[in-house]
Amino acid sequence: MNFFTHLGRFILMVKGMFSKPENLKMYWKELMHQCSELGIGSLGIVAIISVFIGAVSTVQTAYQLVSPLIPKSTIAQIVRDTVILEFAPTLTCIVLAGVVGSKIASELGNMRVSEQIDALEIMGINTKAYLVLPKILASLIVIPMLVVVAAVLGIWGGRFAGSAAGIVSAETFDKGLLMGWMPFNATFALIKAYTFAFIISSIPAYYGYHVEGGALEIGRSSTQAVVTSCIMILFSDYLLAALLL
Amino acid sequence: MIEVRNIKKGFNGKTVIDDVSAVFETGKCNLIIGSSGSGKTVLMKCVVGLFEPDSGEIVYDDMNFTGMNDRDRKEMRQKIGMLFQGSALFDSMTVEENVNFPLDMFTHMSYKDKRKRVKEVLNRVNLDGAEKKYPAEISGGMKKRVGIARALVLNPKYLFCDEPNSGLDPQTSLVIDKLIKELTDEFNITTVINTHDMNSVMEIGDHIIYMYQGLKEWEGSNTEIIFSKNDRLNKFIFASNFLQDAKDMRMLEMKGKIDNDRDMDKLLNS
Repeated sequence: MNFFTHLGRFILMVKGMFSKPENLKMYWKELMHQCSELGIGSLGIVAIISVFIGAVSTVQTAYQLVSPLIPKSTIAQIVRDTVILEFAPTLTCIVLAGVVGSKIASELGNMRVSEQIDALEIMGINTKAYLVLPKILASLIVIPMLVVVAAVLGIWGGRFAGSAAGIVSAETFDKGLLMGWMPFNATFALIKAYTFAFIISSIPAYYGYHVEGGALEIGRSSTQAVVTSCIMILFSDYLLAALLL
Repeated sequence: MIEVRNIKKGFNGKTVIDDVSAVFETGKCNLIIGSSGSGKTVLMKCVVGLFEPDSGEIVYDDMNFTGMNDRDRKEMRQKIGMLFQGSALFDSMTVEENVNFPLDMFTHMSYKDKRKRVKEVLNRVNLDGAEKKYPAEISGGMKKRVGIARALVLNPKYLFCDEPNSGLDPQTSLVIDKLIKELTDEFNITTVINTHDMNSVMEIGDHIIYMYQGLKEWEGSNTEIIFSKNDRLNKFIFASNFLQDAKDMRMLEMKGKIDNDRDMDKLLNS
């Protein structure tokens, strides 16, 4: 199948998600379930990665700033901006593409192969709306939240590592955080978060929903979903930076 | 009653079903039989709307299913129950939740009424006590019965069973066949069964369609199949010496030359 066939099927899947729900209460229940699965389920890994990325950023920035003319508070500024602009949205979402993406692709793939999707269709349920839409909406709700958590924990990790290693005191770090702050950076990070959230959920959903075959194909589609999602995240990361900064 | 009129379906330029017409009558167990790749599953999937036929019509009680818009189809599908080959139960739900799912989705019944209905249906398929178990914790036969319960919970007019006996031992197969037959008679459902199981053919096949390479090769009842002169059908149905002997015995029984002293309940309880 070529790129345009995939794109066409992807657009048809997205279009098919928008129909009147058979029972709004059941859709709401499914949305809440997905928010909990995708959000709370990923919180641990996001927290660990963010703290360490922030810590490493502080140590490596300090290592490169050798001139005595540059104040120590600059380290905090650099850590803040790199974490908010790049590490929190992009790195977190790359990790989530693996965690959430493979989960979505394998869950839907398994449902397809074991005829659970057919069973729902026979009942008269729009499976794209009932199975795919809540996953995408849940991602659009929880992933930006996770990105905000990642940014906060990343900066905290940098502050902690700075004072623990005696590189920069907590007071100097805090002073640096407030210097030259551009609110647009936060907006830009959230724009990225929403874009990546859509990529992380819709691409694996597409691969999982269209699986044909058995266990081998589920694994293959799951891998393909993660790889494609990562490439699309990096591509859109560049595109957004080029367009908005 | 379901009428299939001149259905054609192909994939990637290869015809899988070629101009098949059939009538599945109400209150009867209608069987579609045929070897693997003969097109029987594709035919069933066309009838229930999982595949769109390339040409032809499917008519459910004078309502043209192929010409229906999405909204009418959704309504129609609530009158259809289907048991899948692998049961297709939702892994994350208990037996009770699986059966309750269509009620939650499509009815405005109170919690109490839903529980009562689920209990009633589970009791009908002899699954009392398994309500809180997950699909992974129950046997293949029980899964099939949960699948039947889920298919029946909305009181369907049409029941489709895709290889209901696959992966089951002969005794459990008999139980499932007996259950499907009883439910068909009890609720006057139009039942369509896709099967390889020759026991099902002989025991519950009120009306049988034999598919061969995408074509309808033969049609008749389980009595007529015994006396059929169709070579392909005979080779398929009575493939082994044992089945050939069974056929001869049944022929003699039917001609009144020997007594039929088989008792299904005795066999099941032995």
